[in-house]
Amino acid sequence: MNDDRLIIAGREFKSRLWVGTGKYKDFVETKKAIEASGADVVTVAVRRVNITDRSKENLLDYLDPKKYTILPNTAGCYTVEDAVRYARLARAAGVSDLVKLEVIGDERTLFPDTAGLIEAAKILIKEGFVVLPYTNDDPIVAKKLVDIGCPAVMPLAAPIGSGLGIRNPYNLKIILETVKVPIIVDAGVGTASDAALAMELGADAVLMNTAIAGAKDPIMMAEAMRYAVDAGRLAFKAGRIPRKLYATASSPIEGML
Amino acid sequence: MTQCFHVLVNGESRECKAGETVSDLLRELDIRPDRVAVEVNLEILDKGAFGTRGLKDGDRIEIISFIGGGSLPINKYRDVT
Repeated sequence: MNDDRLIIAGREFKSRLWVGTGKYKDFVETKKAIEASGADVVTVAVRRVNITDRSKENLLDYLDPKKYTILPNTAGCYTVEDAVRYARLARAAGVSDLVKLEVIGDERTLFPDTAGLIEAAKILIKEGFVVLPYTNDDPIVAKKLVDIGCPAVMPLAAPIGSGLGIRNPYNLKIILETVKVPIIVDAGVGTASDAALAMELGADAVLMNTAIAGAKDPIMMAEAMRYAVDAGRLAFKAGRIPRKLYATASSPIEGML
Repeated sequence: MTQCFHVLVNGESRECKAGETVSDLLRELDIRPDRVAVEVNLEILDKGAFGTRGLKDGDRIEIISFIGGGSLPINKYRDVT
């Protein structure tokens, strides 16, 4: 697995499991879960600093920037203007030019507003951002995002936090055949088999948050996800057997009594 | 007597003294400048400008940082750093 690196916009990543940092009990649990997951890319959200209570600790104290690529997202942004503003603030805070771009279309489903996403991506790419767009499992939109300069595409498996798993594996398969940039399946994973399936389909990586942070034992689930992503990747590269309706004997007939 | 005026910092009113800069404000609030971005009246400042950018009456200042996040609606995620 060690020489099987994921490369996006010239950056090399060891792990094909990317993780979010939300919904954990505390920063200690966050840190332990991330370590158990083996991830080297972690997403963070951009928010106001609490100026009334400065006693609260900072997430960045627990994430060594030398060890992890910090990927700011524009979660919670419902307009192009907001998403662009949050991305610019994230870059100004001095982490990097990377942004996981989200333009959310609806509060109930948190599905992406893909028209807004393309518009915001165009603006940010022109400003030199490396835009990783959170999008629908729509091959046409994925192609448009690549055409305007996104170095990777992040289609959802199912709604954010839903744990429904991969609802449309065929669309993901078409996306994987349509665009020739890394595909990171983002959102909707519920358990380890979902992550393995995404990788078996040929996804280049999987990003998740709730499936780990919301598990009864987040640290154990983080470890499970690490194995699932590795197993799925190996199975994809090894090449699965074709599905057949009837049996094919594994033991030879020859030599039977 | 030192002249005082008011600015809005992350939506809250705050009294400032004449000549106060963004750097002074961050110091008073005990915020490390390397971890944050600062926006004054919707203009994002370079970190290099923190020490020279003076504050004026009515300035709307936003100080942002990073918090734990996958994806959640903004209204459920107000609790910061």
